[in-house]
Amino acid sequence: MTDGHAAAPYGPPGWEDDPDRDPAGPGDPPEWVKSERQLRREAELRARGRRSVSIATASTIVVVVALVVGITKSPGWPRVQETFLSPEAFVAALPDVLRGFLLNIKIFLIAEAFILVVGLLVALVRGLRSPVFFPLRALAVLYTDVFRGIPTILLIYLVGFGIPALQLQGAPSDPVTLGIIALVLSYGAYVAEVFRAGIESVHPSQRAAARSLALSHGQTMRYVVLPQAVRRVVPPLLNDFVSLQKDTALVAVLGPLEALRQAYIHASYDFNYTPYLAAALLFIALTVPMARLTDHLAARVARRQAGGGTA
Amino acid sequence: MSLLTIEGVWKHYHGQSVLRGIDLEVAPHEVVCLIGASGSGKSTLLRCVNLLETIDDGAIHLDGTEITDPRADADDVRRRIGMVFQAYNLFPHMTVLENITLAPRRVHGVRAEEAEARARELLDRFGLAGKADEYPDRLSGGQQQRVAVIRAVATGPRLLLLDEVTSALDPTLVTEVLGIIRELKDTGMTMILATHEMGFARDIADKVCFLEGGVLLESGPPGQIFTEPRHPRTRAFLQRVLEARRM
Repeated sequence: MTDGHAAAPYGPPGWEDDPDRDPAGPGDPPEWVKSERQLRREAELRARGRRSVSIATASTIVVVVALVVGITKSPGWPRVQETFLSPEAFVAALPDVLRGFLLNIKIFLIAEAFILVVGLLVALVRGLRSPVFFPLRALAVLYTDVFRGIPTILLIYLVGFGIPALQLQGAPSDPVTLGIIALVLSYGAYVAEVFRAGIESVHPSQRAAARSLALSHGQTMRYVVLPQAVRRVVPPLLNDFVSLQKDTALVAVLGPLEALRQAYIHASYDFNYTPYLAAALLFIALTVPMARLTDHLAARVARRQAGGGTA
Repeated sequence: MSLLTIEGVWKHYHGQSVLRGIDLEVAPHEVVCLIGASGSGKSTLLRCVNLLETIDDGAIHLDGTEITDPRADADDVRRRIGMVFQAYNLFPHMTVLENITLAPRRVHGVRAEEAEARARELLDRFGLAGKADEYPDRLSGGQQQRVAVIRAVATGPRLLLLDEVTSALDPTLVTEVLGIIRELKDTGMTMILATHEMGFARDIADKVCFLEGGVLLESGPPGQIFTEPRHPRTRAFLQRVLEARRM
């Protein structure tokens, strides 16, 4: 290493793709012909794979048969079949439940946008260092502590019936708006914590590098820390949004005609609970793709972090 | 007049003194190498000069003004000082070009096209012409560190701090980073390097400082430090380095 810098070439020449490589060098790499040993190994692995598939199939069949037999032989099954699995009731309720579900999607989309803004702002405020911002910072801490502690349904009652009761000029009284406000308050606190975890997961050396380039605290956040933090928290954020999609049904307690409310109306009309099943299926249809997307993105982030990258 | 004056600087961490009254002068265009074992305070001293750490006593002057004055604008000081880290610390979500042009554009108000042209010119000069649009994780360690050096000098700093910039590198990649530092010396860049590369320090330094336990025990021209060190602790350290190399 002492004299290594003399006549330093930039980068070692890659011998693999150098056509005029040194004849005294490694020479042509040998051609690969699968050895006996490798062929035996692969045969063994294939046999094992077939065995696993047969075992999985057999155990699945046993479990499914046991479940079906157990449920259909239960004494209440004919009754359940009638009240929860009635095709006529399903068809009758579906249009209304579906129409209601569109309102759920609307609530979800509007709430989601506000939640992202509130969450990010609260997380950023908690990161401010200057003493001037002490009251803001304390408020942000108080907000996350309080609103993560209140059950969402309770918050929906408090906001939904409390705000109109104040009889303030200009305060919203529409149940959908009030429901959205409650959801934003509740989920904003969770999402703020997710953002904060993301911001703190960015290595301090990244901040040091940015500050050493004379970027201010704000510029360091905006150009260096946040872009990395946001990428990392996309999977946990989507996870929160999967549960937000379901929790839009809680707004039903305030009375707007969303999916659960419509199902309730139909169910109480003819004492058949199949409309609830219809609503449940709609929620599943929306959350399952979202959950798969989350898994996919989480796996991608994990792969990227495992695949090197700088500190 | 010296460009940088460090006088009686102390720094404590958790009740332990990592710097104990360091005095050091750096003249314009001078290259100063800090040598010493890990934990001797080399990196801490560099971080104090860049105000990434606050000192507990003493003063540091840059261009005749005290930068350790609490009223001094830290960002203004850092605009005049570049720093390169052991672990490169490139921004992984930005391309090489974006890494280099970030500070010129956002801090120094250089127009985008101008900053990019200058960045490409530097990349060209230091053998990285084809890498402008790559992301850091596609580069080798040596290439990443060379980009980090370019990023630090792209704003035209008065002083460049290099903190063990070859310690994280494969031995075969060390030379390419040392090559770029040598070229910077030829352009007259004032530099302070914390380094374990004794051969390189001997070759490039105008002044070598030996630190141990947070004390600057001895400093002088490399010829003297490496051939006839006055302090017995310097002799012992260089002896250990020699033995380690023979292994």
